[in-house]
Amino acid sequence: MIGGLFIYNHKGEVLISRVYRDDIGRNAVDAFRVNVIHARQQVRSPVTNIARTSFFHVKRSNIWLAAVTKQNVNAAMVFEFLYKMCDVMTAYFGKISEENIKNNFVLIYELLDEILDFGYPQNSETGALKTFITQQGIKSQHHTKEEQSQITSQVTGQIGWRREGIKYRRNELFLDVLESVNLLMSPQGQVLSAHVSGRVVMKSYLSGMPECKFGMNDKIVIDKQGKGGTTDDSGKSELGGSGKQSIAIDDCTFHQCVRLSKFDSERSISFIPPDGEYELMRYRTTKDIILPFRVIPLVREVGRTKLEVKVVIKSNFKPSLLAQKIEVRIPTPLNTSGVQVICMKGKAKYKASENAIVWKIKRMAGMKESQISAEIELLPTNDKKKWARPPISMNFEVPFAPSGLKVRYLKVFEPKLNYSDHDVIKWVRYIGRSGIYETRC
Amino acid sequence: MTDSKYFTTTKKGEIFELKAELNSDKKEKKKEAVKKVIASMTVGKDVSALFPDVVNCMQTDNLELKKLVYLYLMNYAKSQPDMAIMAVNTFVKDCEDLNPLIRALAVRTMGCIRVDKITEYLCEPLRKCLKDEDPYVRKTAAVCVAKLHDINAQLVEDQGFLDTLKDLISDSNPMVVANAVAALSEIAESHPNSNLLDLNPQTINKLLTALNECTEWGQIFILDCLASYLPRDDRESQSICERVTPRLSHANSAVVLSAVKVLMKFMEMLPKDLDYYGTLLKKLAPPLVTLLSAEPELQYVALRNINLIVQKRPEILKHEMKVFFVKYNDPIYVKLEKLDIMIRLASQANIAQVLAELKEYATEVDVDFVRKAVRAIGRCAIKVEQSAERCVSTLLDLIQTKVNYVVQEAIVVIKDIFRKYPNKYESVIATLCENLDSLDEPEARAAMIWIVGEYAERIDNADELLESFLEGFHDESTQVQLQLLTAIVKLFLKKPTETQELVQQVLSLATQDSDNPDLRDRGYIYWRLLSTDPVAAKEVVLAEKPLISEETDLIEPTLLEELICHIGTLASVYHKPPSAFVEGSRGVQHKRLPPRAGSGESTESPDVGQSGPSEAPPAVIPSQGDLLGDLLNLDLAPPTATVPSVQPSMQMGAMDLLGGGLDSLLGGDIGGSPSMGAGLGAAPAAMPASLGGAPAVGGGLGDLFDLGGGVGMPTGSYVAPKTVWLLAMKAKGLEISGTFARRGGIIQMDLSLTNKAMSVMTDFAIQFNRNSFGLAPAGPLQVLTPLSPNQTIDVSLPLSTSGPVMKMEPLNNLQVAVKNNIDVFYFSCQYPLSLLFVEDGKMDRQVFLATWKDIPNDNEAQFQIKDIHLNSDVASNKLQGSNIFTIAKRTVEGQDMLYQSVKLTNGIWVLAEMRIQTGNPNYTLSIKCRAPEVCPFVYQCYELVLKN
Repeated sequence: MIGGLFIYNHKGEVLISRVYRDDIGRNAVDAFRVNVIHARQQVRSPVTNIARTSFFHVKRSNIWLAAVTKQNVNAAMVFEFLYKMCDVMTAYFGKISEENIKNNFVLIYELLDEILDFGYPQNSETGALKTFITQQGIKSQHHTKEEQSQITSQVTGQIGWRREGIKYRRNELFLDVLESVNLLMSPQGQVLSAHVSGRVVMKSYLSGMPECKFGMNDKIVIDKQGKGGTTDDSGKSELGGSGKQSIAIDDCTFHQCVRLSKFDSERSISFIPPDGEYELMRYRTTKDIILPFRVIPLVREVGRTKLEVKVVIKSNFKPSLLAQKIEVRIPTPLNTSGVQVICMKGKAKYKASENAIVWKIKRMAGMKESQISAEIELLPTNDKKKWARPPISMNFEVPFAPSGLKVRYLKVFEPKLNYSDHDVIKWVRYIGRSGIYETRC
Repeated sequence: MTDSKYFTTTKKGEIFELKAELNSDKKEKKKEAVKKVIASMTVGKDVSALFPDVVNCMQTDNLELKKLVYLYLMNYAKSQPDMAIMAVNTFVKDCEDLNPLIRALAVRTMGCIRVDKITEYLCEPLRKCLKDEDPYVRKTAAVCVAKLHDINAQLVEDQGFLDTLKDLISDSNPMVVANAVAALSEIAESHPNSNLLDLNPQTINKLLTALNECTEWGQIFILDCLASYLPRDDRESQSICERVTPRLSHANSAVVLSAVKVLMKFMEMLPKDLDYYGTLLKKLAPPLVTLLSAEPELQYVALRNINLIVQKRPEILKHEMKVFFVKYNDPIYVKLEKLDIMIRLASQANIAQVLAELKEYATEVDVDFVRKAVRAIGRCAIKVEQSAERCVSTLLDLIQTKVNYVVQEAIVVIKDIFRKYPNKYESVIATLCENLDSLDEPEARAAMIWIVGEYAERIDNADELLESFLEGFHDESTQVQLQLLTAIVKLFLKKPTETQELVQQVLSLATQDSDNPDLRDRGYIYWRLLSTDPVAAKEVVLAEKPLISEETDLIEPTLLEELICHIGTLASVYHKPPSAFVEGSRGVQHKRLPPRAGSGESTESPDVGQSGPSEAPPAVIPSQGDLLGDLLNLDLAPPTATVPSVQPSMQMGAMDLLGGGLDSLLGGDIGGSPSMGAGLGAAPAAMPASLGGAPAVGGGLGDLFDLGGGVGMPTGSYVAPKTVWLLAMKAKGLEISGTFARRGGIIQMDLSLTNKAMSVMTDFAIQFNRNSFGLAPAGPLQVLTPLSPNQTIDVSLPLSTSGPVMKMEPLNNLQVAVKNNIDVFYFSCQYPLSLLFVEDGKMDRQVFLATWKDIPNDNEAQFQIKDIHLNSDVASNKLQGSNIFTIAKRTVEGQDMLYQSVKLTNGIWVLAEMRIQTGNPNYTLSIKCRAPEVCPFVYQCYELVLKN
């Protein structure tokens, strides 16, 4: 298990040092500084073995967090724990910086004592921790006996991420479906690879211990229901996210509040949510992706000193929807001496330092197209090597889910308090962003 | 709220000031002072002088202050054990506090203080806390047992904490269960055979239930523990798999990887034709792909593991090549790992895509990455024959870039391509030769020289090229020197007329002017070959070479199996067994995959060999560290599978040595290149074993490999009664008792297997660890019928003495592993040395005399054999029955002197003189032997034989 945990600033000075195991000595602190932080070479691995001691590290801005061990620990767990620790610290005092760590070192020691016992990670859900580890420190003495046992049963309980007795005047929840769409397309418009990686982020402000059930247009669920009776299975996929009937999900992972065995057997997503914001699920799809934009490049070499580039972009979604923050990046050869651009919409500029023409459009509605043409002057060179023609890349944001995912319902039941599913105010938002969205030219 | 000020005070007299503040009356001031102390402690200043003052602050209502003092105590108690006692009272009091948080805090902290006196006081509170009504206290106490065990293992056992801990596995609270499992697993690691965890279907069921309810960390503890369980049959295996698969959708990557570990392990037991087996395979791919969207550090861990999984079960990810394509912003460690996996997944179907990517990577910035990409292109060529041509042309393009390290790397891989596809791509040699001057790395130079030598007849100026290297011969690295020597000899054999001078020059450089023994030896061999019989030399040196194998860097199968059992852990990241990087007893225990479904008859290692028709399990050269002293590394397949591979080379050690050496000399071997032909692989692999084994027994032991088992007449040697070797309670109901016998020159191990369990036992197999005299089963353990409960079967296992040799302590110690359908059990027993006394052990008198004189007196050992009432003739007859031969008898002054000789299976002679005085029941025995360590054991045999 984890033998010790150290936090350093960018100079390698120790800010926090907590040793859990007898086999880790003080010299371990220096070994990491000398061999990793002060190493001349770039870091070649997040796991370093120095004199039979293994160091796991992650970096947040210029702060190093290192976990140390001499045993054959579960490496994945150690990293997960380090990330978790960053989350906990951020939840307590904001950004992880040298100043914040120094200002909160007592709190950090207290947290480290609680979430890591003899190197074994313990409950590290901030929701639970905040009930008894407080920045005031003294609060715990004022707890009544019931409060105390409530705390301990929450920390050790099945629902360690949520405390009892939460009350809101207005029960409200927000669901964000955030997707990043990735594409590699050939110059002829053939999709070489495309996938969407998505996240469902939930903000819940619900009283009591609400039992939630989340439903989406998962193909497996829809097909199963479809078999039961006659449903109108006529829905062909329309343009623009308004709705395919169902989507095939390649793989998904869930927050620990979700009952995985239930998902495995019934494919239903049921859970008692943490309070506040958290990531309910992540998923990946590769089939029938709606590509919000199509890029059509045309590059012509005029002699040895001139290139003509024409790029057309077409928006491929419902006309009523608006894409935002559109940026097209057209690479130029290294020996470019000058560029003239004409575009119908937005602004375009040649950025010599980035070897690219950057074309920005603030907004664009669906089913529209726009065009840019550029003349690129080249310096004559002796270089026999042809220009490699890097792909044209694109950035954008659209108000729908390119995977076609739809939230069908999110039902809330709270058996003890008297509010029903109808009383909960629910908000759903879809945002699709470009990941690596490239078209070869 | 700005605590950072505590970090800044560095003036002199600080300790003094702090002392004053700690003793202040004001609470706030006290707390401030303790904070300063902790800050100083953090940055590494020694504040142990303040110990009494800080401990004085411990009695407080302020929980924050208390925690700070505890933190201080944990750090310094060990250096101030006497003063630490001051804290005991407060701890004990806190353990009784009404607030469960405080009770837990006290017991948690006490466990971290490694001072004997505190530990003593810990026992009572700990016992209470383990049964506390509050789950938070219980889960803390569970971990505390592990802490206490680390300090004083005996105490934990004496106090019965282990049983209490086991009870906690049935606790109603999932977190208590998880922590108890973690603590027990850790304790069990330091008692490898203790059966402490005692996993059975009932406990497994409890764990699986807790798995659904506990925290993400608890799930990891439980899954890791589950992975060490060996299901009884494929049905149980399947039902566990079914309950573990939902974990593959957990957001925590460690939970996912641990679940993968359990599945990969238990899958071994499922029959391949089972539908569920296929379903499971399909379920594994998506979560593995999803791991690649985690943070980079976790991606790295995942990729190292995927690398193992792909080697073990290539079918899982064979369609997922694209996700391993490198992204421009991946950290370098992720890039390098992805590249490795891309090559492993490369196949005819996707090779075009892979090559396009690799070519792209070869133009990146990071030197290591570029080199690896170039090397990868070469490996693709070797792996996928259809792509070889395209790979070669890609490599040529890269050579044209003239980037120094790219060129060198390309030449090294092109050499391997030539070795795989001889006489196919020689047209590129001209291009390669153009770059001769830019090569400055030994590996690249050696590769280029090899190419020139190999194709000397097609390169017009081969002699000039090689001569140019010869000028700085002594400045070259050994690798290059050896290559140059071989290349010039080849050139000479191909074009003898023009190159006579050159070859003489290189031979004299290698033999006369060099200190390097390898180089000199190779030089001399060539020289003699050439001078005695040039025709034979040609046949030897220019013989056709075996092709190199496709996969050059696979992990050795037994290691791979072990690493699969360690998925998710550091071992899987390092690709090394835990014993390679963990000190002490922990983790030294080797883990094994469960035996394959329907094992019994199938001994081939599963699945690894999808590589091609040539050989099913790829021959991988194991590293020397694995071969030597690998105590528990017993292969559990029936012994016939493994023993012969080592055995022949042991017997003909000398021949093999030459064979291996010649082969490598034939030109295939370029320095440290790992890619020897698969056929050759076996020979060098065995060499370290024979070389390593011999010195271990001591040079005086003579020829270890001499079997010397002459046929003697059947004699009635003494056989000891059977003793119990393996207790039923330690072996899940299997009891083994046995003894050894030598019957008619054949060594036998007589075993009685008794089933004291409730269920039938089948699938018995046996294997020995290496031992001093190379004892090994000569055939499989013949237990033909299943062993029903309460049944006993007697078996005789013939033994040979041609197994691997390693000196044991004591010398006659034998470590045995017995496997059945339930588990593997280990025990050790000692055999009488008389087992090894051969029938032709009667020495010629003259030789005896000479030998007796020849052995130095230091090697003589004297023993007394008491209470024997036999006359010398009876004694002599009795001894002869056990192959102790009397050569001569002399009577001097009423004393009979018997001169006797014994020969051991490995050719060691033991000479003895036994003095018998009439009327005196005590014999005096003097033993002389070149290997004096056997003397006491020979004496034991005398005593045993004479007294029975």
